[in-house]
Parts: sequence; structure tokens; C-alpha cells
Amino acid sequence: MNYDTRKIWGYRRENGRVGVRNYVAILPVDDISNAACEAVAANIQGTLALPHAYGRLQFGADLDLHFRTMIGTGSNPNVAACIVIGIEPGWTQRIVDGIAKTGKPVAGFWIEGNGDIATIAAASRKAKEFVHFATAQVRVECPLTDVWVAAKCGESDTTTGLASCPTVGNMYDKLVPLGLYGCFGETSELTGAEHLAAARAATPEVREKFMRTWQAYQNDVIEAHKDSDLSESQPTKGNIAGGLTTIEEKALGNLQKIGKHIQYIDVLEPAEAPQKGPGLYFMDTSSAAAECCTLQAAAGYAIHIFPTGQGNVIGNPIMPVIKVTGNPRTVRLMSEHVDVDVSGIVRREMTIAQAGDALIDMIVETANGRVTAAEALGHREFVMTKLYRSA
Amino acid sequence: MSVPQLLVHDREDNVAVVVVEDLSAGTEALCVVTDDNSDFTITVLSDIPIGHKVALKDLKVGDSAIKYGEDIGKIVAPIARGEHVHVHNLKTRRW
Repeated sequence: MNYDTRKIWGYRRENGRVGVRNYVAILPVDDISNAACEAVAANIQGTLALPHAYGRLQFGADLDLHFRTMIGTGSNPNVAACIVIGIEPGWTQRIVDGIAKTGKPVAGFWIEGNGDIATIAAASRKAKEFVHFATAQVRVECPLTDVWVAAKCGESDTTTGLASCPTVGNMYDKLVPLGLYGCFGETSELTGAEHLAAARAATPEVREKFMRTWQAYQNDVIEAHKDSDLSESQPTKGNIAGGLTTIEEKALGNLQKIGKHIQYIDVLEPAEAPQKGPGLYFMDTSSAAAECCTLQAAAGYAIHIFPTGQGNVIGNPIMPVIKVTGNPRTVRLMSEHVDVDVSGIVRREMTIAQAGDALIDMIVETANGRVTAAEALGHREFVMTKLYRSA
Repeated sequence: MSVPQLLVHDREDNVAVVVVEDLSAGTEALCVVTDDNSDFTITVLSDIPIGHKVALKDLKVGDSAIKYGEDIGKIVAPIARGEHVHVHNLKTRRW
């Protein structure tokens, strides 16, 4: 297959980024603005409310992460235009200004002094304008490598390390050298393979940054709060049912996602957009599926590849999530969740390279508009990462 | 090649993964090493679910289970070649 001539049909946004979906997002600044956002989405067809649990009394690094996630979500190229609604104007405007840097249409509304009903009316009128704007956009031909592709695995089992994660790694080995932006994360879930992950850093500085990030997660999250060896949390009950026994075993399978050859060129904060150009990036994230996917979407990734063993059903509201499994039992019992079946690998009927090509074909189809299993089933898990309790 | 019941990542590994459903005790199982496509057979001594591991050699308490050529944890109960390896006899060395 000639990978560097593969094209997709996507939406070329004002800032040059390529989106594969065309949402008008209705974004709440905070939990108490969810109701107004959902009312606007109910009023105006073709809009998408993104309710979430936070945004009040946060401070410090946790507040920075909140703003980064909100602004990044609105800025994602899969979003054509964005309405922002908050309880008050200050933080609302800060998010509007952040999204406006992309050049896309964005407008803010606030509830204090107006009430829900007037706010919903005004925001609905603007949302309708934005729907007309978005639906007038036309897909154009773009290089496949202009689509940023993130990855994270979930409800892993031993087939993940044998089949679905190496499939993702093969795709990255083929496309990252041609200019693709890739991303992997799951800081805690590299424990037991951190030496191998560190060795894949592109420079000694990046390697040191990775080890510092990994060690901080060990010290500040795991060691600070654990009351056992984390069995049933990490690995999960589902991992254990699928045959994974220890975090080391799980981590070694997880790391197959970054292939055999490529190196990562930077370590990103949660939800931080890549700044060093095309290449593979490591992002400091939780290993929980919805948290990790939400952070990667906020960093600007337009498509997500999700290898699963036991059948994690995760989706994301703005970023299509492509499911890949190599477990024949999961294919048999949960086929409606599977986009790419690579169970032929464990039967030795399919090579990893053939599976990687099948995944690339599915990325192209998804970029062109094919709805993923998670999209068809209505999975829209949007989960903010919270670093500590609010003030 | 016939369809294998077991796969092992690396020639150095002392555990293999069951990749078929309903593997029962007493089966003479075909095991393929994915790293070099070599194969061998081993008699499985337990009923082992798909995705779970089988010992490729006798393992004693304190040994390391080796998978991907790496240490994935410590053996905490004796395991005979062909027996099931999981949370009842293998524990993490971390956390």
C-alpha cells in the first residue's frame, strides 16, 4: 500500500487543521450551565451539548486544566462553531477568547442577570446561525496524515498485547514517519514497562521529562492514595477476567501501541496541544478511557483508535473512536462494538502488517464520514480530569 | 499452519496465552512463538479460559513470570508446566 498518497475528505478549518466531523458544540463553562446548554441543543437541530460535572471554585493547576480542556474541546477541528454558556461573563469570555484564536465562529452567553430562559433564547438564535454556517461547509480532499490520530486501549486482556495494540503500533510505524500527529498516554498504565517507554523518547531531554512525569504519577497519585496493590482497579476486574494478572503484564501489552520503530518527540501536559510539529507525542493522562479520550480530543486529535480485549464500549462526543479487537470471543459476543476485527492474528490467519493496513483503511473511511460503532450506539462520554478538590 | 491454541511472545517467555475458547485439561496444545513463528506442543493440565496463561515450565515461589521477554511479576505458589497461571499464583512486584 502506498501510504503517502492516501487522501481523505475532511473539513479544512480556518486555522488549517482538518476535521472529520462538523459539530456545532454547545459548551457549558460549569456544571450549573448544563441545563441551559441542553435546552439550546433541544431547540436547534444539528447542535451538540457537552454537559460535564465541573467548573466552579477550581484553582491553580486544576483550573488551568479546566480551561485548557474547555478551550481545546471548542477548538478541535471536528467542531465547526461553538456556543459557550456560563453562569457569569468572566470565565465564559476567557473560554470564548481561547476558542476564537482558531478563527472559527464562537459566541458566549451568561446566565446571571439574564436567567435561563433569556439566555437559552439568545443562545438558540446564535446556535441556529452557526448550524447554517456549519452545514454550508464542504468536505475537501486532504492528505490522510493531516488527520491527527490518538490512541488508548481499554478493558485490555492478553489478546490486546498480541493483536490489537500491535495493530495500532503498525499503523503508527507506517504513518508517523510520513507526517502524522500521534498520541499515547495512560501514565500509570506504563508501570512495569516504563523503562521501555523511556527508551523510545527521541532525545535525552524528552526521556527525562517522561520519567519525571511517570514518577510524579507514582508518588502523587498511586503511592499517596493506595490501600492495596490496586488489584481490581489497575488491572481492572475486566482485565483480570480476560487473563491479565499484573500491572507489569498490562503495561507491556499497552506499550505495543507505539509500534517498533518510531520515537515520541515530546511529553504533553493533560489536554495540551502538540507544539513540536508532526510526530508521536506522549500525554500525561489517567488510564480511565473517557478521561484520556476527552483530554486527547481537547489537545486537537480528530480520530481515536481504541484497541480493546474484553470489550470497552467507550465513545467521545466530538472525536470518532474506532474500536479494534483481536479477541475472538469478544468478536462473537459483542460484534456491534467492533469496527476492526483483527482476531485473525491470534489464529495466525492475518499478519500484524495486514491488520495495520485494515486499520488504515478504517481510518480513511471514518475520516470520510463512516460512523463508528460507538457513534452509531450513541456513546458520547465526555469526562473532565480533576486534579484535586475545589476550593 | 493449523490454528494454534497457545501463543507466546518471545522464546525466553515461561508463560503462554490461550487464544481459543474451551481449552480443556489434557489437551496436547500447539503453541506458536509470535517472535519467530516457531512452534511446539505442550500438554495443558488445567481447563484454562481464553486469554489466560499457561506455564511453559515448572515455576517455584519467588521465580519471575517472563512474558514479552520481561518480568511481569513474582510466583507466589508452585506451578507445574501446563498449569494455569493467574492471580492465585502470580503477583505484581509493584505497588
